[in-house]
Amino acid sequence: MIAKRIIPCLDVKDGTVVKGTNFVSLRELGDPVAMAAAYSKSGADEIVFLDISATHEGRATMMDIVRQTALHVFVPFTVGGGVRSLDDMTTMLQAGADKVAINSAAVAEPELITKGAEKFGSQCIVVAIDAKRFDDGWHVVTHGGRKDTGIDAIEWAKEAEARGAGEILLTSMDADGVKTGYDLSLTKAIVEEVRIPVIASGGCGSPEHITEVFQKTNVSAALAASIFHDKTFSIEEVKQSCHQEGVRIREA
Amino acid sequence: MIAIVDYGVGNVASVANACKQLGYETILTDKKEEFEQATHIILPGVGSFRAAMEEIEQRNLRGLLLELAAQKPFIGICVGMQLLFEKGFEHGETEGLGLIPGTVDKIETTHLLPHIGWNSLEVSSSFPTYTEHDGKHVYFVHSYQANTPEEYIIASTEYGTQIPAIVQKGTICGIQFHPEKSEKVGQLLLQSVFESSQQAFSKEESI
Repeated sequence: MIAKRIIPCLDVKDGTVVKGTNFVSLRELGDPVAMAAAYSKSGADEIVFLDISATHEGRATMMDIVRQTALHVFVPFTVGGGVRSLDDMTTMLQAGADKVAINSAAVAEPELITKGAEKFGSQCIVVAIDAKRFDDGWHVVTHGGRKDTGIDAIEWAKEAEARGAGEILLTSMDADGVKTGYDLSLTKAIVEEVRIPVIASGGCGSPEHITEVFQKTNVSAALAASIFHDKTFSIEEVKQSCHQEGVRIREA
Repeated sequence: MIAIVDYGVGNVASVANACKQLGYETILTDKKEEFEQATHIILPGVGSFRAAMEEIEQRNLRGLLLELAAQKPFIGICVGMQLLFEKGFEHGETEGLGLIPGTVDKIETTHLLPHIGWNSLEVSSSFPTYTEHDGKHVYFVHSYQANTPEEYIIASTEYGTQIPAIVQKGTICGIQFHPEKSEKVGQLLLQSVFESSQQAFSKEESI
């Protein structure tokens, strides 16, 4: 039977992982590649890099990180953040990324999902959706949650699937950073409407939140950042807690 | 040395590196002279069955690959594994290399597709050298699967249906999942596949 996936996310700016200042031992190793390799060795099922560099040089550095990661990390990894065109996708996939995540570029140009899936296959295309609760349901938001597109998140997830997305990375902007658990109602609402794997993101503050999202929704994977970077909990602890609660995970 | 077939199917750095971790040198090539130096041939592959087969045909590699498959241990990975069969039905019917009997069809399951993630291996009792890998999780990404007689299936995985994960016919081996993305377990499996295809080869040579 297929295992639920646990995915640490690394925010990378100009070649450095920017969250996780307390992750001293690895910070001293210096770079995203070392962190990704350490996570992969300790049982992470996948890695996500989110490039938040604003400059051209920063993005060029990301390509180099991707190339190095492909050489040193033996689990699949996804790159998101700076992926805005078919060219960007080609660059990252050729550098060795297994998947690319597209977010606001897909909202601006939904055809990008179709083209990416046609060119590289659905399995390479992750559509990242940032969703926020409004009176009439969840809307897709961009610019870190500051801009409301007015698009219904459930309808957008369905369109992403129809256009060939292989997975949906769903972040609740209401839960993100609050550390009180994943947004179960949003996650459930999306999971029930699509037939492709969904990765839950935003709100994880403890291993219990991960077991909870797996037990209460049919989500395929859970993504977390700070609980791992801050060394509050290790991947092993999260997996142990899942195992104890009867959630099927991969034992590393 | 292991020769990885170069036919423009994207990044093979991870496959090469997984071999390197096991102590094997690798070369990415489409040249006969270079293949001849190799102990094993790896046929990688991403994308669709049809697109991959078209690349092979366009580069006039079919004949050479069939020749090599008769001469050396020959290992297909992911779509490369699917190409070992007679026919594929992704984006229309396409003729494969026909090295192992069977077809490649869309996975029929009530579970989500693509089949993405870590799934556990069920090793057939007819292949005792693989017993150590039974129950281990490896990383799959695909929507199509091989349908082949049981005698060729070393290991399968359960996803609402049984999916062949490792197949072997003599010196021809196929791996549906990504050993290069399956951490330590993947490397050990790759090692097993190198060995079992080599053993089959030595056996054939001695006959």
